[in-house]
Amino acid sequence: MKLALRGLRLPLPRFTLEVDVELHGRVAGIFGASGAGKTSLLELIVGLRRPTAGTVHLEGRMLSDVAGRNFVPPERRRIAYVPQDGALFPHLSVRTNLLYGAPKGDRTGDRTGDGTRRLGEIATVLEIAPLLDRGIAGLSGGERQRVALGRALLAAPELLLLDEPFAGVDRPLRGRILPVLARIRDELRVPMLYVSHEPEEILALCDEALRLDRGRIVAHGTPAEVLAESAITL
Amino acid sequence: MCPARFSRYSLFLSASGDLSGEEIQILGFTLGMAALAMVAILPPGLALAWLLARRTFPGKAVIETLVALPLVMPPVATGLFLLRLFGRRSALGRFVHDRLDLDVIFTWRGVLLAMAVMSLPLFVRSARVAFEEVPHRLEQVARTLGAAPARVFATITLPLAARGLTAGLLLAFARALGEFGATIVVAGNIPGRTQTLALAIYQLIQLGRDDAALRFCLASAVLAFVALFASERLLSRRRG
Repeated sequence: MKLALRGLRLPLPRFTLEVDVELHGRVAGIFGASGAGKTSLLELIVGLRRPTAGTVHLEGRMLSDVAGRNFVPPERRRIAYVPQDGALFPHLSVRTNLLYGAPKGDRTGDRTGDGTRRLGEIATVLEIAPLLDRGIAGLSGGERQRVALGRALLAAPELLLLDEPFAGVDRPLRGRILPVLARIRDELRVPMLYVSHEPEEILALCDEALRLDRGRIVAHGTPAEVLAESAITL
Repeated sequence: MCPARFSRYSLFLSASGDLSGEEIQILGFTLGMAALAMVAILPPGLALAWLLARRTFPGKAVIETLVALPLVMPPVATGLFLLRLFGRRSALGRFVHDRLDLDVIFTWRGVLLAMAVMSLPLFVRSARVAFEEVPHRLEQVARTLGAAPARVFATITLPLAARGLTAGLLLAFARALGEFGATIVVAGNIPGRTQTLALAIYQLIQLGRDDAALRFCLASAVLAFVALFASERLLSRRRG
């Protein structure tokens, strides 16, 4: 992954988010206290918010350039976003949720096509295959997050943004899902930006990390370096 | 047939009396016009409600007030505005008559126009609430999954707001069925051509035919009850 955030600026109610960084890791972790601006940063990257200054480039592709008055809308960025609550569509089944962002040809009922094969693969990796024909209402917190993750992966993104995806999930389940995320990293090779409060998640998954504090990057390096520095500062 | 049910049915018939061909025509015409008015207000109503629910723009408060105006103005005043707007002396009226070869005033189109204008505010208000209740987060996530705004509207916003929109449409339909003031100014009260249920009741009272007027009142009450009851049921299921 090469994600360049240059001179990025976004006024927030309590401070101004100001970021200037280039990320190269396969999985980059964003670490920081609640209200540090982590979610706002993800929303700038995915295009749900417009910065007041700066540029965003992914793999050399311009996504946002305030001075040049260029802004690629979220649907054309090929960046999938999994918010904290999963944001599953309540009127759709698990299967139709999963296929929502899949390429148009793969969304049809053709059960022999590529889309169905990919759906099967991802459902197996995420251990949600038995849930495919169920509605959203009866799913547990962990199941919901895995469906949200699967839906994002089936959109074939160039970058996957995970915003504390397991915040509402109990610790034993989290322990079972972390290896799944590692498989996504290693087998599906989807670059990720991973926001978390949990140092062990950052250490287990990420090969690069940064710490945000009141909208500014206060540490950037390997996860071990950033967490060690954070431990000293905190 | 079960005797108890048969006797209740007979009792209803004796109270309402058998409907004549003319009465059936008036009922059919009113229902048809109200249904057409719903078709007519659906596209602008949805667009207005969505804009008011999801967008901030200069003059939004003015648009909100203008849309709600027919709710609080005397219906005959709204009718007079429409008469002036679509009369042959106005530019719009001349355009509609000369270019489109259509007459609005004192025709069924006038009935349709009056019903549509008078019921639009009720639909927009309900639809706006229905759109506001759809979590914006879901629409945002749909966009990050590659869906353009039109697809997000069709596949996320509309289905999630459907119950509230249908309830609003039923409410507006009930309002259109009972529309009187604007209709009599714009379309007149021409039996067989522009006479609706409400206009017929008025005429029958004028003629002293209270029994016939009461029969229409009963029919009107039943129709309005069914539409409002269905609307309330939909809204309470949504709240539940």
